[in-house]
Amino acid sequence: MKKLFPVKHVMGYLFSLILSIVALSVVFFDLSVAAGMSILLVSAVIQMGVQLILFMHIGEDGSKKALYTNIAYALFVGLVTVFGTLFTMIWGYQ
Amino acid sequence: MKWDEFFVTGEPMIYGAMVSIVVASLAILIGLTYFKKWGYLWREWLTTVDHKRIGIMYIISALLMLFRGGVDALLMRAQLAMPENGLLDGQHYNEIFTTHGVIMILFMAMPFIIGLMNVVVPLQIGARDVAFPRLNAVSFWLFFAGAMLFNISFVIGGSPDAGWTAYFPLASLEFSPTVGNNYYSIAIQIAGIGTLMTGVNFIATILKMRAKGMTLMKMPMFTWSVLITCVIILFAFPVLTVALALMMFDRLFGSQFFTMANGGMDMLWANLFWVWGHPEVYIVILPAFGIYSEIISTFSRKNLYGYKSMVWSMVVISLLSFLVWAHHFYTMGHGVMVNGVFSVTTMAIAIPTGVKIFNWLFTMQKGRIEFTTPMLYSLAFIPIFTIGGVTGVMLAMASADYQYHNTMFLVAHFHYVLIPGTVFAVIAGFYYWFPKLFGFRLDERQGKRAFWWIIISFNVTFFPLFFLGLKGMTRRMYTYSESTGFGPLNLLASIGSVGLAIGFILLVYNIYWSFRYAPRDTTGDPWNARTLEWSTHSPVPEYNFAIEPTVKGLDPFWESKKGGHQLYEGKIEEIHMPNNSGQPFILGIIFFFFGFFMVFSWWVPAIIAGIGVVVMLAVRSFERDHGRHIPVKEILETEARLGGEQA
Repeated sequence: MKKLFPVKHVMGYLFSLILSIVALSVVFFDLSVAAGMSILLVSAVIQMGVQLILFMHIGEDGSKKALYTNIAYALFVGLVTVFGTLFTMIWGYQ
Repeated sequence: MKWDEFFVTGEPMIYGAMVSIVVASLAILIGLTYFKKWGYLWREWLTTVDHKRIGIMYIISALLMLFRGGVDALLMRAQLAMPENGLLDGQHYNEIFTTHGVIMILFMAMPFIIGLMNVVVPLQIGARDVAFPRLNAVSFWLFFAGAMLFNISFVIGGSPDAGWTAYFPLASLEFSPTVGNNYYSIAIQIAGIGTLMTGVNFIATILKMRAKGMTLMKMPMFTWSVLITCVIILFAFPVLTVALALMMFDRLFGSQFFTMANGGMDMLWANLFWVWGHPEVYIVILPAFGIYSEIISTFSRKNLYGYKSMVWSMVVISLLSFLVWAHHFYTMGHGVMVNGVFSVTTMAIAIPTGVKIFNWLFTMQKGRIEFTTPMLYSLAFIPIFTIGGVTGVMLAMASADYQYHNTMFLVAHFHYVLIPGTVFAVIAGFYYWFPKLFGFRLDERQGKRAFWWIIISFNVTFFPLFFLGLKGMTRRMYTYSESTGFGPLNLLASIGSVGLAIGFILLVYNIYWSFRYAPRDTTGDPWNARTLEWSTHSPVPEYNFAIEPTVKGLDPFWESKKGGHQLYEGKIEEIHMPNNSGQPFILGIIFFFFGFFMVFSWWVPAIIAGIGVVVMLAVRSFERDHGRHIPVKEILETEARLGGEQA
């Protein structure tokens, strides 16, 4: 029975709920911009780890090459989207 | 929402459409009952998880949507044929160009491509189905629910009218108060979930289910293009998902992400839309490149020139496709630096694309070229697409773009890219793989006649738009005065659009004619082709391959025909196949109603439908379904019926 219980998924589910509540608290407690942003950033990074490790089973597959290619591609697209948006919409805007 | 606004009223054309919808639905219901086909429809199609049947359903939906989007296009061309024409008013014209764009890209090009992927990829890699057959059915029914939800908007509530790009602030609640853009944000979202799952499914299929001996660099080029396309889907669609969700929050719940007040940023929508939108262009065009590669290689009787450079140029295109989005709004007013950077990245895309064009030309060099219908489309694609590409480089220059931006020049450019790049490709692929699915070829003489109608009319329709754009005609104008001098070229373009319609009618007639009269193909390989899908029977049995093939190199079937190794070694064993299920279809229906209630902000029914979705997921999670086994005896019988031993 112990083997059948999806511990990782339940843990991941709980972590996701807690992290969402933490993120929501930034709005409810009216924190300063700096404090709010740092809380959001930290919880976002943890959330990403939860998703990758507990739900997407990263690293459970033998093939390291596919894993690194995948992460590199994802990082590329993610960073381009975020910093490219900042570049076009704010830094490069006259 | 007042009840008298529920149905769109006051337009004779809409009343006509309503009547025809009712008549057609009644005809289908009565026909199914009269011919006792309900059971057949349910067992063989609505509940199927077979990749070939799902592919066929995708393609039929795409052809229907091609008709819908085509009628939109004909109405627009009719309106613009003469100066100061009164056929459509401004509002109606806005709705028509919006639905034309959304339907042609998301509900015609995408499902046509995904349909061909479904049909071909498992066969090309020697697999018996996709990695997750049930998920594949869910993908299709979500796409179908989204497409139907979008399509009913023109009789119930009114269509979206802010362009297929739905730019803010125009698409905000303040400036578009009708439910039209709610349909946009929700219908595309539902279809998009399906597309994302297709992406996951095909990546898993291609990476994990290839035939023995087929390494990545021995995959057929179409499979390669699908793999790269799915990677782009996986990384680009989440951006659309988020953007559409924010749009929905703005429109339904009064949030302020894209408004011009309270810290909102209207151009952020355009930015996010194109972060997805430009990769989307490559999502519909890379598989087309794959299709052309297969066809050109087959009908030149040569292997593909520069296989490795083909693969690498697609990888480079997929990366560059994420780096160019701001070229869609050079005129927004950002600085020289931004426009400069995006000009350079945009022009850089021409390099890998040029590599591919030359590879196709070199593949044909000294080949024994056979001019079949699919080959004709591939040959026409090369020069026409190059015109589209070169005008694209013109548009890529930010400073020059201030002249072309949002003119008919742009409209001509993207039709010159997307029609040869996607529509010709899916038609060519349709002709090419049709015999695999149905066991006979579409008539070649009729096919070529339709080809010439389509090719010539396409140029008559869209080439004048380059000149109209340079003369200053902007896109999305619903009328113009005679003194502008736009009249004659517009009339020419409208005449061309009638020719295109005739071409597509000939194509559809050819399908009907060939079903009745075309001679049956018994070989399974009517084109003398090169890849694995042609080594099994036509039509393909549900298990695809009685024995799993073993591959040694590129073009394995061609090599085995030339006296190389045996593709099929070993003896027939029982085959494990997935069971059919009605759940994906039911889930699609629930999603449709969920979306519909959300569009009209009817919260209680929406919540009930939402719970329905969760219940369906839970049911699936606790279901135990280990599939079924086809016994050896049944396989032997099927094989004998379809033409004896395999090659």
